[in-house]
Amino acid sequence: MAAQFDLNDDGLVVIVGSGAGGGTLGTQLALKGIRTVILEAGGRHEIEDFQNDEWGSFAQISWLDPRTTSGTWRVAKDFAGLPAWIVKAVGGSTIHWAGASLRFQPHEFKARTTYGEVAGANLLDWPITLEELEPYYARAEDRMGVTRTNGIPGLPGNNNFKVLKAGADKLGYKACHTGRMAINSQPRDGRASCRQIGFCFQGCKTGAKWSTLYAEIPKGEATGNLEVRPNCQVLKIEHDPQGKVTGVVYADGDGNLQRQKARVVAVAGNSIESPRLLLNSASNLFPEGLANSSGQVGRNYMRHMTGSVYGVFEDKVRMYRGTTMAGIVSDEARHDPYRGFVGGYEMETLSLGLPFMAAFLDPGAWGREFTSALDGYEHMAGMWLVGEDMPQERNGVTLHKETKDKYGMPVPNVHFDDHPNDVAMRNHAYRQGAELYNAVGAVRTFPTPPYPSTHNLGTNRMSERPRDGVINKWGQAHDVGNLFVSDGSQFTTGGAENPTLTIVALALRQADYIAEQMGRNAI
Amino acid sequence: MSQAIHGAIGRRGFLAGTASAAAATAILVSGGAILKPSEAWGYEVKALKPGTMRTLVRMARDIYPHDRLADRFYVVAVKPQDEAAAKDPAIRNLLENGVATLDAAAKSKHGTPFVEVGWEADRVRLLRGMETDPFFQKVRGGLVTGLYNNQEVWPLFGYEGESASKGGYLERGFDDIEWL
Repeated sequence: MAAQFDLNDDGLVVIVGSGAGGGTLGTQLALKGIRTVILEAGGRHEIEDFQNDEWGSFAQISWLDPRTTSGTWRVAKDFAGLPAWIVKAVGGSTIHWAGASLRFQPHEFKARTTYGEVAGANLLDWPITLEELEPYYARAEDRMGVTRTNGIPGLPGNNNFKVLKAGADKLGYKACHTGRMAINSQPRDGRASCRQIGFCFQGCKTGAKWSTLYAEIPKGEATGNLEVRPNCQVLKIEHDPQGKVTGVVYADGDGNLQRQKARVVAVAGNSIESPRLLLNSASNLFPEGLANSSGQVGRNYMRHMTGSVYGVFEDKVRMYRGTTMAGIVSDEARHDPYRGFVGGYEMETLSLGLPFMAAFLDPGAWGREFTSALDGYEHMAGMWLVGEDMPQERNGVTLHKETKDKYGMPVPNVHFDDHPNDVAMRNHAYRQGAELYNAVGAVRTFPTPPYPSTHNLGTNRMSERPRDGVINKWGQAHDVGNLFVSDGSQFTTGGAENPTLTIVALALRQADYIAEQMGRNAI
Repeated sequence: MSQAIHGAIGRRGFLAGTASAAAATAILVSGGAILKPSEAWGYEVKALKPGTMRTLVRMARDIYPHDRLADRFYVVAVKPQDEAAAKDPAIRNLLENGVATLDAAAKSKHGTPFVEVGWEADRVRLLRGMETDPFFQKVRGGLVTGLYNNQEVWPLFGYEGESASKGGYLERGFDDIEWL
């Protein structure tokens, strides 16, 4: 039975957000016997509610609350009110994610040491190493059922993968397979295996893809130690005169303000909402925002170097059939500055349905150059390019000076300028992607610009020294002992890999730490 | 969705009033409606002038030209503009004034209204001249969903849509590519 806790219960861990970070942390704490409540801004939609319909699903689960954008990134022009393509629902963006589950490479925890000084970048080494995180990566992979780990076979390759693989072979790439995917290739953990439906981004209709919504939270609820409150938007974190957090104020589903007391608060609202909440929690004691003595809250926003390449072929591909992202080439993920940039990138299969292809192939474009591309839809193969982008202090989340949300809280502005390293990497990736498709006979290729951000990272980053970041190696605020950050905003640097596995590994590690600290009454 | 335009005006009514061989390939304006006899549909406008609606349909095809798509799909795609104009006078003005501006430009350059400019390239040049205007952006933006989110056009692009209820593609060709 799911728990129901009292608003005045001050013995709880209160988690803001139920995605990869918050949903995993809450479940793991509950399994350890720690009473936990998750406040989720979105509603609870179950598998049967998901839609194989791109715009219908977008309207159902996306985070569409008002946001503004600035900076030179193209998203600010084409999707000015939609900097990020993420989910507002129980399960968070683990409903929308494609399932790619990759570990960081060792050097990616040591970006500053490995890459050296990069002008304009605010690079820093993580305060943890791959060796420290490895046991938790292993637990995360087992828990999520990642293919090609724990003896789980890879997914079968779909049409889109077969094109990718043929091109990769022609180019001499060696590290190409159907990916390490948190999508069941065989029944596991009470969940079915993949039916090659497509629509991975719209919520998996079989539950084969891991999501906190159905693979974690119900297990936590079954302990009686976890309560998930949907439609509860946290507006402010409160603290006592000593600077310890005491609870949160939130608006419930009816718009009424509630105050939930807490022993520990963990923020996991994704890299836009989490810093926004800390900034909106400014007080006399924390005039620049909670946990922000470093001034780094909201800064160093990363979104991964991204882009897509679509190729049109003489014959049909039907890329949309089957698992969206079960295909990867990792040969370019290495750090090799001779390519003209630091860090690396992955090439991963991607497909969009016709409605989204029309919206995202080349936003704003019209005329025959554009429509003849869509005429080739059935003959298209597609890949996503995802690589490490540079943290820059100016990129980030600030509170809008005038615009307020329906609760009267300032909305977030998301500012982003590409770093020259990001541009150089993207151009290289576009070239390699086009070469790959050309090698198997593409008649046209399209270097498609980044979509609104799905990988939002770095805005409350981990640092060894309190002056360089917001949280320590456990995700604990440098300034406030009983305040944690549990989502991708922890990332000191972004690595080339899709971030979810790392977020889950960090959440499992953080759960151990919180339990240990609570056990010692240190928090 | 095409039912909505089929049913908008009585079939008998427009067959009686409009069937002339010369007009069979054009979209006609008749009373408060636009008609295309060769495709057997009519659309009765709600707020816009019928001539304005006809121009928007022409414009829609010039913005997103797909030669395999019949005009009726473009009517369905711009129908939401007419419906929005019925609810909001500001939108009606934006669209009426926008079309008037476009026609003025066409007359100045080619001596005819926009819909009668013969070559697509000439019409596209006129549209390029106004592509940053709110009017153009409103029409183009609406088409992205109005045209491409119409399930009836998906098969014409080879897109199959929903698949979960059919059991996905595991036994239906997820890996059936043969030309590689």
